[in-house]
Amino acid sequence: MKRSRVSTNRNIRNAALGAAACAVVLTSAACGSGFDDKGGQPAQQSSGPAQLQILIGSSGDAETAAVKDAAAKWASANGASATVTPAQDLAQQLGQAFAGDSPPDVFYVDASRFADYASVGALEPYGDKISNPDDFYPSLRTAFTRDGTFYCTPKDFSTLALVINQDLWAKAKLTDADVPTTWDQLTAVAKKLKAVDVTPITIGDTRDRVGAFMVEAGGWLTSPDGKQATADSPQNLAALDYVQSLLKDKLAAYPKALDAGWGGEAFGKGKAAMTIEGNWIKGALQADFPDVKYTVHELPAGPKGKGTLSFTNCWGISAKSKYKQQAISFVEAMTTADQQMAFAKAFGVMPSRQSAKDAYVKEFPNDAPFVNGVDYAQGPVNAPKMDSVLADFDSGIQQLSSTEPKALLERVQKNTQAALG
Amino acid sequence: MAGTTIPARRGRFRGSTAMRENLAGWLFVAPVVIILGLFMLLPILMALWVSFTDWNGQGSPFRSGVPFVGAGNYTRLFTEDGLARQDFMTSIRNNIYYVAIVVPAQTALALGLAVIVNSRMLKGKTFFRAAFFFPSVTSSVAISVVFLFIFANSGAVTSLLGAFGIDGPDWFSDSRGTLHLLLGAVGLVDPSAPPASLTSGGPFGLSWWEWLSGPSVAMTTIIMLVVWTTSGTFMLMFLAALQDIPVTLEEASMLDGAGRWQRFRYVTLPMLKPTLFLVLTLGLISTWQVFDQIYVMSQGNPSKTTLTPAFLSYQTAFRSFEYGSGTAISFVLFSIIVLMTLVQRWIMRERNGGSRPRRHAPRPARGPGRGPARGQDRGQGRTSADASASTPTGASTRASARSRRS
Repeated sequence: MKRSRVSTNRNIRNAALGAAACAVVLTSAACGSGFDDKGGQPAQQSSGPAQLQILIGSSGDAETAAVKDAAAKWASANGASATVTPAQDLAQQLGQAFAGDSPPDVFYVDASRFADYASVGALEPYGDKISNPDDFYPSLRTAFTRDGTFYCTPKDFSTLALVINQDLWAKAKLTDADVPTTWDQLTAVAKKLKAVDVTPITIGDTRDRVGAFMVEAGGWLTSPDGKQATADSPQNLAALDYVQSLLKDKLAAYPKALDAGWGGEAFGKGKAAMTIEGNWIKGALQADFPDVKYTVHELPAGPKGKGTLSFTNCWGISAKSKYKQQAISFVEAMTTADQQMAFAKAFGVMPSRQSAKDAYVKEFPNDAPFVNGVDYAQGPVNAPKMDSVLADFDSGIQQLSSTEPKALLERVQKNTQAALG
Repeated sequence: MAGTTIPARRGRFRGSTAMRENLAGWLFVAPVVIILGLFMLLPILMALWVSFTDWNGQGSPFRSGVPFVGAGNYTRLFTEDGLARQDFMTSIRNNIYYVAIVVPAQTALALGLAVIVNSRMLKGKTFFRAAFFFPSVTSSVAISVVFLFIFANSGAVTSLLGAFGIDGPDWFSDSRGTLHLLLGAVGLVDPSAPPASLTSGGPFGLSWWEWLSGPSVAMTTIIMLVVWTTSGTFMLMFLAALQDIPVTLEEASMLDGAGRWQRFRYVTLPMLKPTLFLVLTLGLISTWQVFDQIYVMSQGNPSKTTLTPAFLSYQTAFRSFEYGSGTAISFVLFSIIVLMTLVQRWIMRERNGGSRPRRHAPRPARGPGRGPARGQDRGQGRTSADASASTPTGASTRASARSRRS
């Protein structure tokens, strides 16, 4: 009897558990249908007064304030509202917003992540609806073009240039005439700097710095259309061999070895005479190391001529936005040459429109090397699913002084091929 | 019996009260069951579904258009030669070394601290207790940032080593494996040119040489940090258990002529076994799940030597938008943890059964020698100590605690 009661109890418990499990499954099914709204169909468009949500990956308070101002101006002129939110972690917040089906209407899209978003259909391809789209620098347009469609307009851009510490330069009895314009000259001045016990150059240990040498050698990780892997080319090998020789001869050092988070910090602390950084270094030096005297020059040319890397964001418009027309009008207002100049003055970015170039160079003559770089700059890898491959490449670059460049490039080639499919 | 009609009916008749009680019981636990179901079980099941799909993070993963890939995300982690497997196996390797060092180290340290703090000789007990416990109650992010400063190239540790004439490593940018360095120092292999027999092949896409790297120098700093922060919590658990050991037991063993070490080995340690199991289990789980220290201090760098499955899962899902792969990694991690806990439970249980011959049981110390077999001869205690130990009622515990304090 006792056993039977135990078993009855167990039966009841099993039944209850089963019921609970069923309930969970049913709820999940119900939830599933609740999620399931207008999946792939185009979003319903609203023509009324727009309420734009704008998510930006801000570089700081200056940028947030400037974008907020500009957005408020646009909103009052168009009888709409525009809420600008600076993101803590743009990539992650966007990912969550897309997954939750509630993306912001307008948001920054980093060129290195552009292909990921475009390939899954998250972006509205509006690029050619903006007035005078050919005014944007061609290399920047390429960064936001996929399968021949110009998706979104570049917000601004940065390029890499050679930054030289004048005091350390003078310490090695070097003059302006010694500013290197080729790899050989770079090696030569580096040896002179090393002779007076100065670390000649610091280069960030990522593809975003070392990659510039690959461009100068005439190589890159992918073909221009982003469909083919070209990582194991002899040009790339020449570039990595050169960087490796600099590292091995102690002519170059990664910032971490100089106890700095990035090249600009090592440079500002006076631990290296040269660094390769973008125009953001201006603001950083001004804020943290105001006493450092420096000059900016175009990167020394490699075997294939000049080369640098460009970094840019575009104004992405969500394919799911209810206010696409209004969003395009907003982006139009943000990318006029005048507005871009206003942004440039507020937080030190370079306008992405060629028509703003003269005004910019006039305002900031010292930035000419950065602006000129755009003519021969290479944008980030424009292909989806490349993030982990590039991260793997970075970890190889971190160990460049002790690894075989050829093996590293073959590994990247294999991974890129797998990612491009 | 249950199959025949009459007992069944009678069972149901009787069951009506049981049924009502049951219903009431379920009603009482319903809030918790619903909350846990809705906010834990359901999301876990949803994640499980995602791990079988190639969902790209656009819209709901439960739409019809989401590609179902079956076990594809899992097989990619184990059988396909590619970056996904390489990253995953690297993270597993890193975490194995991490667990293998952290768990024993933090357990031993916690036990040691607990014994010290528990000793009657120590003055200023409360101070030390608070001091040892302090790192545990501080936010792990804050401590991680402090460690970043301490181990910076111009930080305290490097300066200290420099004072002794030692040229310390660049802690956070040093990706060399410590086992490699050790093998190199002993002269077995040359780390810069490892033997081809080790580099040519190995399981799961990593060569034997890579598997045998040991934790990187950067990882050892995280290991030090974690051992230091967690041992406080576990010290507290050991301390509670130590104070539950009746003083009479100790006295009895002393009368039997057991020395200090023997007392610890054959009385204290066996009494601590349940706590030891708890500490080891908690340690295993938390070390396999290590995330915040990695996120704050290294993000997997340098050269992926601090990559762990938990961080890789986050990175894959939220940085690369490969949610399927990311969730698959987290479920593999989950099964690893369950497996490890089961194995550990099995090992501890075997020892509890006393099947192993007790080789070092000291002859004069009869009573304490029986310590490990306490579970077996419950109720037939031969010494007064055994009897009180096998019936650790609240009263006796409290009494012993009181006698300890006096």
